[in-house]
Amino acid sequence: MIYDIEYETMPREALESIQARRLQATVSRVYATVPFYRNKFDEAGIGPGDINSVSDLQRLPFTTKQDLRDNYPYGMFAVPMDNVVRIHASSGTTGKPTVVGYTNRDIHTWAELMARSLAAGGATRGDIVHNAYGYGLFTGGLGAHYGAEKLGASVIPVSGGNTKRQVVIMRDFGPTVLTCTPSYSLHLAEAAEDMGVSFRDLNFKCGIFGAEPWSENMRREIEEKLNLTAVDIYGLSEVIGPGVAVECQEAQAGLHIAEDHFIAEIIDPATGEVLPHGETGELVLTSITKEAFPVIRYRTRDITSLNPEPCVCGRTMIRMNKISGRTDDMLIIRGVNVFPSQIESVLMEIEGVEPHYQMEIDRKDNLDTLTIRVEVSQSAFSDEVKELQRFEDRIANEIKELFGISAVVKLAEPKTIARSEGKAARVIDRREI
Amino acid sequence: MQAEQISIFLENKAGRLSEVTGILSENGVNIRALALADTTDFGVLRLIVDDNSKAEQVLKQGGFTVRKTKVVAVEVQDQPGGLHSILDILHRAEINVEYMYAFVRQSGNNAVMIFRFDQPDEAIRVLSDNGISVIKGANLYSM
Repeated sequence: MIYDIEYETMPREALESIQARRLQATVSRVYATVPFYRNKFDEAGIGPGDINSVSDLQRLPFTTKQDLRDNYPYGMFAVPMDNVVRIHASSGTTGKPTVVGYTNRDIHTWAELMARSLAAGGATRGDIVHNAYGYGLFTGGLGAHYGAEKLGASVIPVSGGNTKRQVVIMRDFGPTVLTCTPSYSLHLAEAAEDMGVSFRDLNFKCGIFGAEPWSENMRREIEEKLNLTAVDIYGLSEVIGPGVAVECQEAQAGLHIAEDHFIAEIIDPATGEVLPHGETGELVLTSITKEAFPVIRYRTRDITSLNPEPCVCGRTMIRMNKISGRTDDMLIIRGVNVFPSQIESVLMEIEGVEPHYQMEIDRKDNLDTLTIRVEVSQSAFSDEVKELQRFEDRIANEIKELFGISAVVKLAEPKTIARSEGKAARVIDRREI
Repeated sequence: MQAEQISIFLENKAGRLSEVTGILSENGVNIRALALADTTDFGVLRLIVDDNSKAEQVLKQGGFTVRKTKVVAVEVQDQPGGLHSILDILHRAEINVEYMYAFVRQSGNNAVMIFRFDQPDEAIRVLSDNGISVIKGANLYSM
């Protein structure tokens, strides 16, 4: 279902003229209100008057995560605190957290975007949404919550964690839509199975999963185990939160970017050069309607490509492909660039591999070693050691063939690889470089 | 004529074996024979017990990967050449032994060996034709 027919199916020409107008307004406003942007634009010798079309965007400097950290906590806000009604923050796992603010209108915009997203995934006002994204500073929980209410659905604000209780709620309350991270959905499936609850007997029809990259194979796994249709949703707190882009249930092939609110570019992460549609690079986003925390050419560090082909669903918004990795979680193992998501795709292709695995990277005698721990499933288990070793070899061979890296594969007992209630920790890099 | 064995996947970690024996002991399952095959990172524990269904159920509940495997229990004369004569018969019939191990109890004056064959039905036929006695599962568990 399309929530906002007018905007989501707007002819490209009309959309681009709206983008140009909104971009111009945003650039003028940040120049006037955020010293960081004024300085950056002045240094680059460019002013708001030079931005007259969407293609002029390329002339503006990038904004990085580090810029946001340097202006911690409120330096990037474009409105006085009087007008800010909500504050969120990203986790500070790799440094200081990033703090973002919302005006009343920003909250409204975000709810609209999330309502569109839930509808694209198959939700309607008659649905009951089991929202297992974490509530709190993380944007996932409240983002999905406001969107579901805007859509008119009923929300169960269960948040993350306390998995057994979640299974009981899923069984007794009859939710029809699931929102959580893809790895947590599998964790829920596993917990349900342990408790003797089958997803075949539950009422779920669709799930809107995001906040971490996941592969096409993982989608198949989720759809099979949870008996629902799974779509990918994308967003980041620096830009607004979830709802920046979402897949439609009709195609399940790429995420429609809400281009009436954000302009997307793909750049070469090394040179900053803008790449043509279809080429893979780093996603850069500019917000064109946000009031409290606008971002100009924000480098997301997410790797993807853009697909301008018309979509069967009728939306005219450009699609970005599933995130294939992050510029900062790209692993360089013996000089080979590898994204954990690529390894995941290989693993999920192999019959008998559980969706729980961990990559460990060490450096021994100046040589990188990759160890992949994979949980052995009931179906892959054999009483013969040689069969199990053959299974290990098969995984190692696939990886060698695709990436040219020798990996040591170690089978692990079921449920021994740590489950995460939020984003799964797939990589342990112990190299000291 | 085949007997059932319980096979369990174990990571090579301290205390895992005793967790298996602990679970079986708590549930009153008696181990009749045992063999452990191991590599540097994992092992497969093979057990003949007096109650297969219960053992499988309680070990699965305990979080172990478990499967039942068909094996053949064969009486072996307890004297020099006893095992050799059996292996010789199998070799001539071109039947492969995947692995084997000894059973704790004797059957009369004979020892008992547990065999895992690639073609168990064929193995049973060849052994019986040559006058070697194969012990039924039900009899084995209560020996």
